[in-house]
Amino acid sequence: MTEFLQATINGFATGAIYALLALGFVIIYKSSEVLSFAQSGLMILGAFWVVYFSTVLELNFWVALLLGIILSALIGVVIERSMLRPMVGKPAFSVAILTIGLNIALTVIGFDLIGVEIRSLGDPWGIQVVQMGDLVVSRKDLATIVSSVIVVGSLLAFFRYTRFGLAMRATAIDQETALAQGIPVARVFAVAWAIAAGLATIAGVFLGAGTGVSAAIGVRAIRALPAAVIGGLDSIPGAIVGGLIIGLAESYTVTYQSEYLAFLGQNFSTAVAYVVMFLVLLVRPYGIFGTREVVRV
Amino acid sequence: MLEVANLEVVYHDVVLVLRGISFRVPDGKIVALLGANGAGKTTVLRAISGLLDVHHGDITKGEVRVDGTPTHKLTPTAIVGTGVTQVMEGRRIFAEFTVEENLRVGAHSSPGERTDNLSRVFDLFPVLKERRKHTAGYLSGGEQQMLAMGRGLMSNPRFLLLDEPSLGLAPLLVQQIRDLIVEINSQGTAILLVEQNATMALSIAEHGFIMETGKIVMDKPADELMRNEDVQEFYLGLGGAGTERKSFRDIKHYKRRKRWLS
Ligand SMILES: Nc1ncnc2c1ncn2[C@@H]1O[C@H](COP(=O)(O)OP(=O)(O)OP(=O)(O)O)[C@@H](O)[C@H]1O
Ligand SMILES: [Mg+2]
Repeated sequence: MTEFLQATINGFATGAIYALLALGFVIIYKSSEVLSFAQSGLMILGAFWVVYFSTVLELNFWVALLLGIILSALIGVVIERSMLRPMVGKPAFSVAILTIGLNIALTVIGFDLIGVEIRSLGDPWGIQVVQMGDLVVSRKDLATIVSSVIVVGSLLAFFRYTRFGLAMRATAIDQETALAQGIPVARVFAVAWAIAAGLATIAGVFLGAGTGVSAAIGVRAIRALPAAVIGGLDSIPGAIVGGLIIGLAESYTVTYQSEYLAFLGQNFSTAVAYVVMFLVLLVRPYGIFGTREVVRV
Repeated sequence: MLEVANLEVVYHDVVLVLRGISFRVPDGKIVALLGANGAGKTTVLRAISGLLDVHHGDITKGEVRVDGTPTHKLTPTAIVGTGVTQVMEGRRIFAEFTVEENLRVGAHSSPGERTDNLSRVFDLFPVLKERRKHTAGYLSGGEQQMLAMGRGLMSNPRFLLLDEPSLGLAPLLVQQIRDLIVEINSQGTAILLVEQNATMALSIAEHGFIMETGKIVMDKPADELMRNEDVQEFYLGLGGAGTERKSFRDIKHYKRRKRWLS
């Protein structure tokens, strides 16, 4: 039982990180119909800024995090303006490929800046744990869960209650009608990229907290993509649920697979996201909450 | 004054749809723009409100001016800022939003005056006030048209462009919409009314224009148009045997096909 609870908490923490990344993907897709594969690149670069502010400039961790989010958001805006804006009206497939190239560029730059070593984020949690009876939970996992709830909650409130949030939702539903109401749709796209980049930075920080930032986090971030697909590419609740499903599936696999399904090999947990995605798509072709048909290839 | 001068519009770089359209909408007046399916009425409105881009259309010649200042190179957002708002054909309400959220979207360009504009809209359309928390998609057709018009009024435009507001509504509702247009106009908003229902449009408009395949073929005060024999025959359904072909059923059928294709 303890083992199960521990795996669950761990799964929620990992799942929250995937959810943050998947949310960025979904927000960009909903607002601008661009399938962006640049989330992991944005995450790596974002994590680097926080490393830089926190350990090189020796700022307080939270200040570093805030600066990192802001800088990443600005980079998101610049990317949207310079690379995606000229692509408006171009075939969805070509634009998606462009974002794959963008992801490679961001990743290469990010790793160049980070260097070969594992870089500490200077975060306040390190590898400390909290003991609750038999349960041993890492502080970082708790911080991840709490912070993600706050971040996602604020984001949902932004979409629900603010003028610009409503404008973004309107744009997602019907771009022409949004334009006819005077909504600056170009700015909606830019803000979508800013939000996605900011979320990716937060995700990167929680992936790198404790153990440090290295090339390994980039590989993990890619699994946010199956999370978005599972939820349905155009669904915000879907991104959250999809992220959590993948996080839990991975965590249970790590915990139980060697015991019950040992023949699947040692690192099966890294593949489980794709297996879950396959199974979900068999039953629900557009994901759990998805509605829109993307382009059939 | 809203002016369209010698406007030429091309879709997809090849399809010439407007061939030199000119007309004016004076402040505070109702002007009707009439014409059969495919004449180019919606295209005129898109050109005025900057929505051609979305449809791969371009203005290749001519100008749109508001008080003498060209606006046809502005973004749709900036155009709404000059006081010109379009209520699109087919209502296009945000079905999953509440009535109030729809109106808030309409208020995007003038957040400072939101409360004032909202009370104006609720005065004009009490049913929207009653249903403010309801999901817009469940409103009746007439109510949805009111919501679309109310949403357009939330930017407090000087010029309101209405694209076939009576489309698909029962005669009684058409009457109601007609009266509402008159009332909106009497509060000082000039209206460019695009209609298939020429009787309705001409009964309230000061001036009318008739379009055929991208050209204005008649430009007269509304009462003169009403009395004109050709207009009676082709647009008011008062003519002889020749008008049978243009019966409502044919138009309906055509519309349905158009929807499938688009
Ligand atoms: N996006 C587009 N691409 C190509 N041609 C178009 C496009 N939109 C409209 N057209 C064509 O332009 C012409 C004018 O269309 P428009 O919609 O302006 O007519 P309308 O007078 O509003 O007709 P309706 O009464 O059916 O609404 C039509 O022949 C139509 O097929
Ligand atoms: Mg039309």
